[in-house]
Amino acid sequence: MIDWSLLALNPPGWGGVLLRGLLSTMQIAVGGYLLGLVIGLFGAVGKLNGGPLMRDLLEIYTTVVRAVPELVLILILYYAGTDFLNKMLALFDYDAVDISGLVAGIFVIGIVQGAYSTEVIRGAIKSIPPGQIEAARAYAIPPAKILRRITIPAMLPYAIPGLSNLWLIATKDTALLAVVGFSELTLVTRQAAGTTKSYMLFFLAAGALYLAITLISRFLIGILERRSRRGLAGVN
Amino acid sequence: MTTAPLPANETARRDPWLKPHRLVLILIAVALVAAAIIFGRWDWLPRYLPRLWSGLLVTLAMLFGSALLGFVLAVPLGLVQVTGPWWLKAPAAAFCTMIRGTPLLLQLWLLYYGLGSLFPMIPGIREFFLWPYLREAWPYGLAALTISFAAYEGEIMRGAFAGVPSGELQAARAFGMSPAKLLWRIWLPRALHRALPTLNGETVLQLKSTPLIATITVVDLYGVISRVRQETYLTYEPLFLLALIYMLLTAILVLAFRYFENRIPTRGV
Repeated sequence: MIDWSLLALNPPGWGGVLLRGLLSTMQIAVGGYLLGLVIGLFGAVGKLNGGPLMRDLLEIYTTVVRAVPELVLILILYYAGTDFLNKMLALFDYDAVDISGLVAGIFVIGIVQGAYSTEVIRGAIKSIPPGQIEAARAYAIPPAKILRRITIPAMLPYAIPGLSNLWLIATKDTALLAVVGFSELTLVTRQAAGTTKSYMLFFLAAGALYLAITLISRFLIGILERRSRRGLAGVN
Repeated sequence: MTTAPLPANETARRDPWLKPHRLVLILIAVALVAAAIIFGRWDWLPRYLPRLWSGLLVTLAMLFGSALLGFVLAVPLGLVQVTGPWWLKAPAAAFCTMIRGTPLLLQLWLLYYGLGSLFPMIPGIREFFLWPYLREAWPYGLAALTISFAAYEGEIMRGAFAGVPSGELQAARAFGMSPAKLLWRIWLPRALHRALPTLNGETVLQLKSTPLIATITVVDLYGVISRVRQETYLTYEPLFLLALIYMLLTAILVLAFRYFENRIPTRGV
């Protein structure tokens, strides 16, 4: 028999715990995704306009991150990263800091997402008709302003499908932080399931929460995509 | 087929690959590796080498086993979404959405802990001939990886089936082919042909998903390395070795697929 009261919001029900886990998951997903976007934007601009050294370094970054499993990257960045940071701090006579799981999680997801968004944004910038940027240059608009006023708005329709895919991946990649012991949705679900022995109930409930994130995101992405395509000739 | 090289090579000829800054980068990389070998602790490596090897075999078996089974499942999943009646179309679409909308780690734990805890309650299951397997972890890992691959690849196969030009199918019908023959001779081969290029990326993604099965006690490559980390208390060395091995595996997969892709004529697709 299914004991639905286990999902009640207040203890002894575990519903509240699950929802707090969902909140951490969303915080990390949003934070990591935004950090990834920033890295991706700079990475893409660096890959397209940077010097040869910059281009090669960015190529190494995107290739390595995309070739190594996310789980391994998360372990390396989470353990080795914090360890490295503390060693560096000790080297300069600072006290060791205890990095919060949230910050470390956002950092880790951001670095991973950054490699993928670099490629997506680079492809999108390359699909902008070159005349638009040349026209801006011809009018002597400073490069930063070209980026803000021309390149970013013009690339958005091309980038949104790839970037929305990355958002869906980001929400699911946060589950990997369960392996390093960060209390996001998947880990608290496992704890709840292990304590109450109602494995199926809790895993299915968490699955429903993840699915809800995905479906709501897809709905919003659909609206965004239609909006960003205003004025473009129909593709399909 | 030998004329495949494209403008990228054209610029490469004018622009030598080995430029001074790359030489410096290579030197730095060599120095880093040398430093890792000299200053790192590697005395554990010979002891764990046999286990690493068997872990590698487990990883590869899981990768190819799940990719193969998943692909076999993906073909009907894609097909019924394009041509099936609604009572097949709807569940197939729902399956793909559900699997693609939840993390693989959660699915894995659902199967292993959830189903694994339900099975023993079924009366008489201990006499079932598959019971010895159901008590182990790897069937659950293989099942989760297969289901996930099938869902992602099923979505791709759906697009591939839908993308076969309808004129070809009409021509087959005009020649009086039965639906089964049409599928076997025309539709399936053409769809597979269209789906092949994406198979490379999907397989690399699948390789990167395999370490998750270590969380349900399957001792794959990642599982062996976690064991090393627990027993030697080392932070960096095992993880870097692991990342290096996965990078090599990815490179081999990409190169192998590129080789096969170049052998399959894609003219007219």
